[in-house]
Amino acid sequence: MAGDNIKMAETINEVKFSDAAMAEIQRYISHYPEGRQKSALLPILHIAQAEFGGWVSPEAMDKVAEILNIKPIEVYEVATFYTMFNLKPVGKHVLEVCRTGPCCLRGADQMIDMIKQKLNIEEGETTADGMFTLKPVECLASCGSGPMLQVRELYYENIDSEEKLDQFLEMMRNKEHETPTWAK
Amino acid sequence: MGLKILTEHINVPGIETLEVYRKHGGYKSVEKALKTMSPDEVVEEVKTSGLRGRGGAGFPTGMKWSFLAKPEGVPRYLVCNADESEPGTFKDRWFMEKNPHALVEGMITSSYALGANTSYIYIRGELLFVLRILEKAIAEAYAAGLLGKNILGSGYDLDLHVAPGGGAYICGEETALLESLEGKRGNPRNKPPFPAVKGLFQSPTVVNNVETIASVPWIVNNTGAEYAKIGVGRSTGTKLISASGNINNPGVFEIELGVPVEEFIYSDQYCGGIWKGKQLKAVVPGGSSVPILPANLILKTAAGEDRLMSYESLSDGGFVSGSMLGSGAFIVFDEDQCIVRNTWNYARFYHHESCGQCSPCREGTGWMEKVLHRIEYGHGHQQDIDLLVSVAKQIEGNTICPLGDAAAWPVASAVRHFRDEFEWHIKHPKEATAPGAVYRGQLDAITA
Repeated sequence: MAGDNIKMAETINEVKFSDAAMAEIQRYISHYPEGRQKSALLPILHIAQAEFGGWVSPEAMDKVAEILNIKPIEVYEVATFYTMFNLKPVGKHVLEVCRTGPCCLRGADQMIDMIKQKLNIEEGETTADGMFTLKPVECLASCGSGPMLQVRELYYENIDSEEKLDQFLEMMRNKEHETPTWAK
Repeated sequence: MGLKILTEHINVPGIETLEVYRKHGGYKSVEKALKTMSPDEVVEEVKTSGLRGRGGAGFPTGMKWSFLAKPEGVPRYLVCNADESEPGTFKDRWFMEKNPHALVEGMITSSYALGANTSYIYIRGELLFVLRILEKAIAEAYAAGLLGKNILGSGYDLDLHVAPGGGAYICGEETALLESLEGKRGNPRNKPPFPAVKGLFQSPTVVNNVETIASVPWIVNNTGAEYAKIGVGRSTGTKLISASGNINNPGVFEIELGVPVEEFIYSDQYCGGIWKGKQLKAVVPGGSSVPILPANLILKTAAGEDRLMSYESLSDGGFVSGSMLGSGAFIVFDEDQCIVRNTWNYARFYHHESCGQCSPCREGTGWMEKVLHRIEYGHGHQQDIDLLVSVAKQIEGNTICPLGDAAAWPVASAVRHFRDEFEWHIKHPKEATAPGAVYRGQLDAITA
């Protein structure tokens, strides 16, 4: 019922992109021919995820649909297909650890086990302090420098010993995210 | 080391800037093509060169270009496939990161040849940091009049954009890539119509891999005939090889096609031998989807000839005793690696990455993962090995895109060459699941 939906919309937090993000969104839309603005959907979802705490909420997706003048379902079906979009709240740093064959030849399985042990979380979980989420992912095109992981836009490679893992985690605890180029 | 076509200047400090790139001969092919050649002449040079698609399939690039439909008044597109996601492959990411202008130059020259006035580089979403590097290079090229309207006064217009994916291996398949570029789920399209007729936005489109496009400037500058002299037989030119696994020097190497596999593995110029002084057990020579070969069959063909790093030599013997060059992702296994575990890992990958559109792939990849998991974890049944082979057979050739084949081949080949190891896991689950346990019964036979 339309009336109920309107009521609901009033109760949720308003989703508002920053001016820098809107400018970046418009830039992507301008890359495609007239009437093909939907093509900018994936880049815009990346922007939304960077803007709103590392995940895309249903409200953020609705906002994206509104900007692109497409149906919300067209955004949902895409956001749920691609693994990079987190559909639930995540910790400050999402550790996207490569779990695929070539990295495993160089110790990725052991690295993932060590992370679980040290942070006391399982795959997909977030630490109690909200600092880390563990998200094993498939091959990140870094097979010559495994074991490795990604956090936001950056790669951290050759984490092949417990000592290096400890150093990495310590560094991350004190690290703020890089500002995306478009927001600088 | 041999001739360097793609990587000659890759370690020059500042090569990622337009200024330094031009100082080293960059963008010469744009001047030459746009000012002195017709688009068809560029296509002819690429045909003559024998250049083959570097993304994995190895289809002749000039032929692919000549299939492009050219109806009046309909835009044509060139799309660069930078969705590098095949496990073991990291050459394109490395290349774009270090030398972005080389791809931009290739895109301009190739777009001119195809008559495209808008082109896209579709890059996997995880590589947003590389996207930023490419966008910077593109901005420099616009400012220098190498992109945009009336490039270098030639009358040719080109806009070039970079678009990120969102984390989906399937988008490396060209029609899934086009769907994704249009802002949709990456479900491969039925063919025909082929992208050359109806591709991006229902218009004629060519999709080429990063390395393929980056090879075009050298061909234009030096002629296709010169390029065809490099390499061996129908494997012309040079190839970027991503070397990973249990070797001393993992990384990307540009080789002239035809280097002996043995030299590639053991020479200090390349992989530098097996790490920790261990023995070679097996190699996956072309990315996770191509058949795995035991040490004896990767070094020599079944007929006893030296195996070479070329399309033909690596596939010598078909799938009975050969494999494929694929994307040039050379994954090396030492004697301590468990083939069952690795095969399960790959099966999990393909199950995770199946788009779910075709039942044989959606269901079959799940079955293979499940069966391999139980063998690896000590709960396998004797009939599981035949079950795996049967499931793989039912996927292969029964899907609309090659992901089904890509999922079936590693499983079928692992069973073909390492059946003893699978049986050992099933017959001796306790031993096989002990920490660090590896089957060594076959080692002497395959390393002899």
